Amino acid sequence: MIISIASGKGGTGKTLVATSLALSLSENHRVQLLDCDVEEPNAHIFLKPIFDKRETASIPVPVVDEEKCTHCGECSRVCVYNALAVLKTAVMTFPELCHGCGACAYLCPEKAINEELRGIGVIEIGRSGSVDFVHGVLNVGEAMAPPVIRQVKKHIFSDGISIIDASPGTSCPVIEAVKGSDYCLLVTDPTPFGLNDLALAVEAVRSLQIPCGVIINRSDVNDSQIEAYCDRENIPMLMKIPLDIEIAKLYSRGIPLVLGISEWKDRFIDLFEDICACVKQEAI
Amino acid sequence: MKIVLSATGPGFEAAVDERFGRCPYFLYIDSETLEIEATDNPGEKASGGAGIVAAQAVADKDVKAVLTGHIGPNAHEVLSKAGIKMFTDVTGKVREAVESFKSGNLKESTGPTVAGHFGKGPRV
Ligand code: SF4
Ligand code: SF4
Repeated sequence: MIISIASGKGGTGKTLVATSLALSLSENHRVQLLDCDVEEPNAHIFLKPIFDKRETASIPVPVVDEEKCTHCGECSRVCVYNALAVLKTAVMTFPELCHGCGACAYLCPEKAINEELRGIGVIEIGRSGSVDFVHGVLNVGEAMAPPVIRQVKKHIFSDGISIIDASPGTSCPVIEAVKGSDYCLLVTDPTPFGLNDLALAVEAVRSLQIPCGVIINRSDVNDSQIEAYCDRENIPMLMKIPLDIEIAKLYSRGIPLVLGISEWKDRFIDLFEDICACVKQEAI
Repeated sequence: MKIVLSATGPGFEAAVDERFGRCPYFLYIDSETLEIEATDNPGEKASGGAGIVAAQAVADKDVKAVLTGHIGPNAHEVLSKAGIKMFTDVTGKVREAVESFKSGNLKESTGPTVAGHFGKGPRV
């Protein structure tokens, strides 16, 4: 089962939920956490995994064989990212703009384009207690998160529970991270911005036909707007984490909630059961 | 000599657009006969690599010189490779710019004059 954790905006406590859920379930299940927020991964700060494997995350970029090239211009016409320029006597490639889609090499009539791998990030694989841990880190200055996310997701278990921490927002990297999940948890805070971004996130997850539920973090007296929205949209409200000084302190010290306040463990186990029930219902 | 200007409109009275990669029009002008041809700039609405497509488009037209405000690093690379001279910091009307060019009053640039993404507007 794959459960992804997303949020319409940053700083809502997505990682708090992902890490606590992983730790709570790891006593009785085989669990892995995949941090797919490759632009700013932070789950490792809480889980402090020991890494034993590193891989380079890379994309295939074109290399043109000038001997074979007739400067027909086809490659630059097919490249939607404008990563190739064809002049009368030369072809120029701009690897930092290339998304590695392979279209140019495939369509070159002279078979003049070979591909070479360009590293854009690293994948680190390890363990934190009984939780398997994988994250991707995009190199500084690189813009292409989705290929790194895809490479992180190659490590998803075929059995057990995989928990994916997605990046905040509703852009391509989030879609890439959430895609293929059985369930998506959306973490929000009870502010007008929180609601606005939650609604965008719900739309994105629904477009992927993934069932979702909401968790309110820093819950206080202002929850009613979010609750009304969830009611209207028929989205289950699965958990509320109160605005609480103890919880905030743990978070700021990089201590997972369920390790700091152990009664939360049972609540996260209940949360998992609620998710299972929703997924089952969906399947009927 | 055939030259090209980045412009805000399609004729001699239009202003020179300071953005090479993102300008709406390219005006191809024969500096002797003043024959003029206006085209759209394929870079204007490109999601990325605007300078590259724009530079390739003008190189396809066999121009000898580009007159514009600023040129980014990628466009600069393509234009240099194509052997096209670049005159930057050009302002005012297209008519005036062509006059300055003919009288040799423009300065040729040797390197990119702005970082990438110039003239792209706020990131959305
Ligand atoms: S498509 Fe192939 S032959 Fe044509 S310009 Fe590109 S590399 Fe050269
Ligand atoms: S692989 Fe795709 S993105 Fe990269 S240069 Fe070729 S066509 Fe463009």
